[in-house]
Amino acid sequence: MNNFPKDQEFLLPASNAFVFLSLLVALLLNWLPWQGIFLALRPDFVALTLLYWCTHKPFRVGIGMAWMVGIIADVADASLFGQHALAYSVLAFGGIVLNRRMQMFDLRQQSLQVFPVLLMTYVTYALVHWQLHGYIAWSYFLGSVVSAMLWIPLTLMLQVIRLPRSDPDNL
Amino acid sequence: MEETQSFRFFNRGPSPAVRLVFFSLLSLLLLFVDVRYRYLESARTVLSILAYPFQRVIALPGVLWQQSDSFLTLQGNLLRDNARIHQQLTVDAVQLQQLQVLQAENQHLRDLLALQQRATFPTQPAEIVYVEHDIFKRKLFLDKGSQANVQMGQVVMDDIGVVGQVTRVYPWLSEVTLITDKDHSVPVQVLRNGLRTVVFGSGDTGDLMLRYMPNSADIQEKDILVTSGIDGTYPPGLPVAKVGRIERDPAYPFARIQCSPMAGVNRHRQLLILSGLPKLPERPEATPENGADQPKRGRKRKS
Repeated sequence: MNNFPKDQEFLLPASNAFVFLSLLVALLLNWLPWQGIFLALRPDFVALTLLYWCTHKPFRVGIGMAWMVGIIADVADASLFGQHALAYSVLAFGGIVLNRRMQMFDLRQQSLQVFPVLLMTYVTYALVHWQLHGYIAWSYFLGSVVSAMLWIPLTLMLQVIRLPRSDPDNL
Repeated sequence: MEETQSFRFFNRGPSPAVRLVFFSLLSLLLLFVDVRYRYLESARTVLSILAYPFQRVIALPGVLWQQSDSFLTLQGNLLRDNARIHQQLTVDAVQLQQLQVLQAENQHLRDLLALQQRATFPTQPAEIVYVEHDIFKRKLFLDKGSQANVQMGQVVMDDIGVVGQVTRVYPWLSEVTLITDKDHSVPVQVLRNGLRTVVFGSGDTGDLMLRYMPNSADIQEKDILVTSGIDGTYPPGLPVAKVGRIERDPAYPFARIQCSPMAGVNRHRQLLILSGLPKLPERPEATPENGADQPKRGRKRKS
């Protein structure tokens, strides 16, 4: 795990289709019918995937992309237009700022770096809600902790998909 | 950071900070427009049509699970259920006969008094396709939308009582705000003594609250609250909630009264949408000249 930054040189370039597909899968995971305590503990898959792409491909997936994904999330959630969009824009900005720093750290250190960004996203969303409705459900913030813990498996999974396949003809 | 940015070889467009400010302002503008005005409903409708197939796909495993569950039910369970339902049917039939007599009598009396009829309401069944997954809100999505003539403000109930109200209509979906939502209120009456009040959702606990009830109000535990039908949105007489705990603290002017919803707000899968409520006549506008207080004062001053 420690030589992770060296591995990165051999990753395949991420195609646009792959980026879109990963975001779509993340949206679908968010739309699963979560209920009760699982709803509070549900990690925000969209935020994590966006953060992955913002930290690894900051010129491909930026704030504009995050904003558009946020609008789609707003429609599906029936939340107000711009609520998720604002939160995800903040998230993407955090990811782009972290971009250089992430390449120096291994995965465990990365998840510590990622947590404040996710927390900021959750706080933004909750603040908008608080402004409009006047209360905050505190269990909502549990999701940011679970999301940060999910950073390692998610990154590993996306990295494995992006690894070059061993070509059987070469051997 | 600043130096490297001023010395770029490749033009990458505006810096992240500028973009963040731009998109934040855009989001805030959208939020403002969405809260203040309702201009964005059509855009929301179009986008929701695009998202609809994905929502159905994601709900598919749950539906399949339920269908296979009902397919594999044991015969013993079916027989037991059948016996129970038959028993219930005989009990209900007796009550129904009495009800028909009472209805006829009531209609006759109301005819005599020239009152508005208490009609029975056409209902259409609908199925929950999608449960709100925002922890702040208590909402559902049903599989009937404007294509099935669902309209905003219609009442949604199950076999026991009121579940909520349709708050947004899409072509094939409608959004229902549950009575336990923080921003939702239902005008009710205490069944025992006819006391009129309004019951509010309490938001995060799934309970209901009666606010602004004086300490001396005649309300007891296990009282049943039914809709009063006063605002014309809800038909009268539908069960809404049962009074739970009552705290009467003389230090506060109002009692704290907790209620639990009668209907299975979090339980069922099939619900009923009531349609065709009779329109009440428009409420007369209270003009300041004809108000109750001001002319009296004016006259007093003149005299």
